[in-house]
Amino acid sequence: MSEENNAIRLVNITKSFGSVLANDSISLDVRYGEILALLGENGSGKTTLMNILSGIYYPDSGTIYVKGQEVKIPSPKDAFNLGIGMIHQHFKLVDVLTAAENIILGLPGSVRLNRKAISAEIKKISSRYGFDIEPEKKIYNMSVSEKQTVEIVKLLYRGADILILDEPTAVLTPQESDKLFEVLKNMKNDGKAIVIITHKLNEVLAVSDRVSILRKGCSVGTVKTSETNRQELTELMVGHSVSLEIERPEINTKHGEYLKIVDLTCIDSDGHKVLDNINFSLNGGEILGIAGIAGSGQRELCEAIAGLYPVKGGAILCRSETPNGPVNENIVGKSPTEIIKKGVAMAFVPEDRLGMGLVASMDMVENMMLKSYKQGKGPFTERKKPRQMAERMIKELDIVTPGVSTPIRLLSGGNVQKVLLGREIASEPSVLLVAYPVRGLDINSSYTIYNLLNEQKKKGVAILFIGEDLDVLLELCDRIMVLCDGKVSGIVNAKETTKEELGLMMVHIGDEKGGETA
Amino acid sequence: MDTVINLFCAAVLAGTPLLFGTLGEILTEKSGNLNLGVEGMMFMGAIAGLAGAYFYEQIFTVPSGIVAAIIAVVFSFLCGVLGALIYSFLTVTLRSNQNVTGLALTIFGTGFGNFFGDVLAGRAPSGYAAVGAEIKSVFQGIKIPFLSDIPYIGKLFFSYNFLVYVGVIIAVLMHFFLNKTRAGLNLRAVGEDPAAADAAGINVTKYKYLATCIGGGICGIGGMYVSMVICSGVWVFNCVGGIGWIAVALVIFATWSPSRALLGSLIFGGLSIMRLYVPLGIPIQIYDIFPYLATVIVLIATGIRQSKEHSIPKSTGLNYFREDR
Repeated sequence: MSEENNAIRLVNITKSFGSVLANDSISLDVRYGEILALLGENGSGKTTLMNILSGIYYPDSGTIYVKGQEVKIPSPKDAFNLGIGMIHQHFKLVDVLTAAENIILGLPGSVRLNRKAISAEIKKISSRYGFDIEPEKKIYNMSVSEKQTVEIVKLLYRGADILILDEPTAVLTPQESDKLFEVLKNMKNDGKAIVIITHKLNEVLAVSDRVSILRKGCSVGTVKTSETNRQELTELMVGHSVSLEIERPEINTKHGEYLKIVDLTCIDSDGHKVLDNINFSLNGGEILGIAGIAGSGQRELCEAIAGLYPVKGGAILCRSETPNGPVNENIVGKSPTEIIKKGVAMAFVPEDRLGMGLVASMDMVENMMLKSYKQGKGPFTERKKPRQMAERMIKELDIVTPGVSTPIRLLSGGNVQKVLLGREIASEPSVLLVAYPVRGLDINSSYTIYNLLNEQKKKGVAILFIGEDLDVLLELCDRIMVLCDGKVSGIVNAKETTKEELGLMMVHIGDEKGGETA
Repeated sequence: MDTVINLFCAAVLAGTPLLFGTLGEILTEKSGNLNLGVEGMMFMGAIAGLAGAYFYEQIFTVPSGIVAAIIAVVFSFLCGVLGALIYSFLTVTLRSNQNVTGLALTIFGTGFGNFFGDVLAGRAPSGYAAVGAEIKSVFQGIKIPFLSDIPYIGKLFFSYNFLVYVGVIIAVLMHFFLNKTRAGLNLRAVGEDPAAADAAGINVTKYKYLATCIGGGICGIGGMYVSMVICSGVWVFNCVGGIGWIAVALVIFATWSPSRALLGSLIFGGLSIMRLYVPLGIPIQIYDIFPYLATVIVLIATGIRQSKEHSIPKSTGLNYFREDR
């Protein structure tokens, strides 16, 4: 490769945040007419590195060459001037403005806005690459994939020829991802340099020409995609060999229905139906996965069952233990405390771990007490038992923390999740709701969480698992329910379905299997 | 009919300082800064405008009313800018809490105005600081030949002091700026989502400073209106007395739109002088409650009605730091 073909060359880039070294002397090059995948686990420094390129962060040391010239990139504006454009994982779009307004934001030009001319120019660009875009549509009315299109057009409008995409498929359905990859390949053939940041191996193998792997802020090598495979990439990424199989233990004993949802309907503050006639049942000893595009009602479903979201209609029947044996109790309209008093043993692991699940500035013992503070006698809190529980949990779950008195917010994401899940499991629930339990976790922590869930499943707990990675759902769950715009578009057997089928169900309602409610 | 016209005219006159305060704060909040120091900046503008005109009169024995008016406008604007500059430095550069800083600015500005007002009064031979008749007259209603003489219309639209028209012009210009220009679009983006604006190459700090400072200057002119028009060029202790706070509430009533600020300040101006024009046979203290009561009702109504288009710029009250994680 000649020097001119190098779009970007990074030499010994180092960046630290306080005492954390996010990038440790990383060197990398990106070429025109190729797609480079930047692979690494969460927290390995991929995004930091690309943020340095796009002018969001400024490196502590190291040199950046763009098109062979040494450059400094102190602000995003300078990155644009060099032809570097980044599409962030969380889109940098202003909600209340239209697509066109977002695209021309911050650009020089006439004082007065000529909206017609701008729209025409946007249409021209999008027809060249085969995008579908409505310039006058407001961003908040757009789907995730439409927003992503706006981001890409925004960069092309600014004349970017080096495009960086941070986890571009995290929020897309498999079909939308395929469409995106097609566009990326078109742009690659057009001579543009493209970097995609990802931790999904399938994507790397499907779309990239070369792969650079980062681990804990260090560069561990660059390989040609055609000369590598899944196993090798994983080992490079994690640092040791790991089994990629997720266990799915078979449970033979019948536990019966623990949770039954009948015609559940919820309405949000705008009067929009966020859950529309949901019907399903959940048996003991099984994991029911919930798939769907982000915002299809997953969160509302969990919160409605946990008694935190107002229910408009329908019933949530939960098995509760009474002296006369188990009975089905309708828990709609009851507060979490009342639900517990009814003898329903339910535990909820919300997606917002440090907002809803745990109190970030309190330590482990105090977070344990959030569940048990009502049990003590008299005005004083009982700290002894929660402390023992916390200490036991640290040992059993390998939680890395300086001690039980360290505030939770100082722990890493994986350890925070272990504390939360550990606390919920310790209450010995019969129904366990987990929402995105491995979001933001590295591979090792993710597998620890899967194992914990499987252990509970073996004990006969009924588990509702809301996930985003379809591969994981397919391997871990027994059945998968797909939500689409607040409706159930189908419940399928995880062993018999495919990713493509799930993807279709995520966007369509009324699939043939839609009627099957097991 | 006459009562209605008189009420309208009085409402316009009483509403103008509210209009300035509201417009200044709208511009400020469009940049994502919630500056609760409107009251303080108005006090600063009030004393600066009065003092400027007063000293001009002391130095030049034959003062020109027009020059005095220009001095009052410029001084009050600059003093408002000074207050907003302190606020911007603290919140944008040092990233301190916006609410606390704004409240501190109100306390500071109130003290600033009353202190220098007292100093001014103490030095005056008569014991109170007042400008002469020549200057006073420029701040009174204008007479435009022919136009002001049209029945009704003349009184309704062509009889006010020049600051009323300045306020309306600012509102129209601001509406045009925010909705039709590139810089206005960029400013709105900064207030909605500074991270997105930053990623688009907009200088967030520059926009925040400029919008906040110009907004503060406009508030300052509103303060000068109080001392020069309402108090007829005499320093009155605590003269601004709550107008700045009503302006903050009016921003919500106007749903961050300069054109609706015109309507809002007219209504609130009318409410505040109602007791002089609409006898209801109730104690005057109850009349005094009306503007505040209306503020509460507006806050409740806007709290219930949630609309994306007409709501507060999303990042208002939050400081932006690019390397935040």
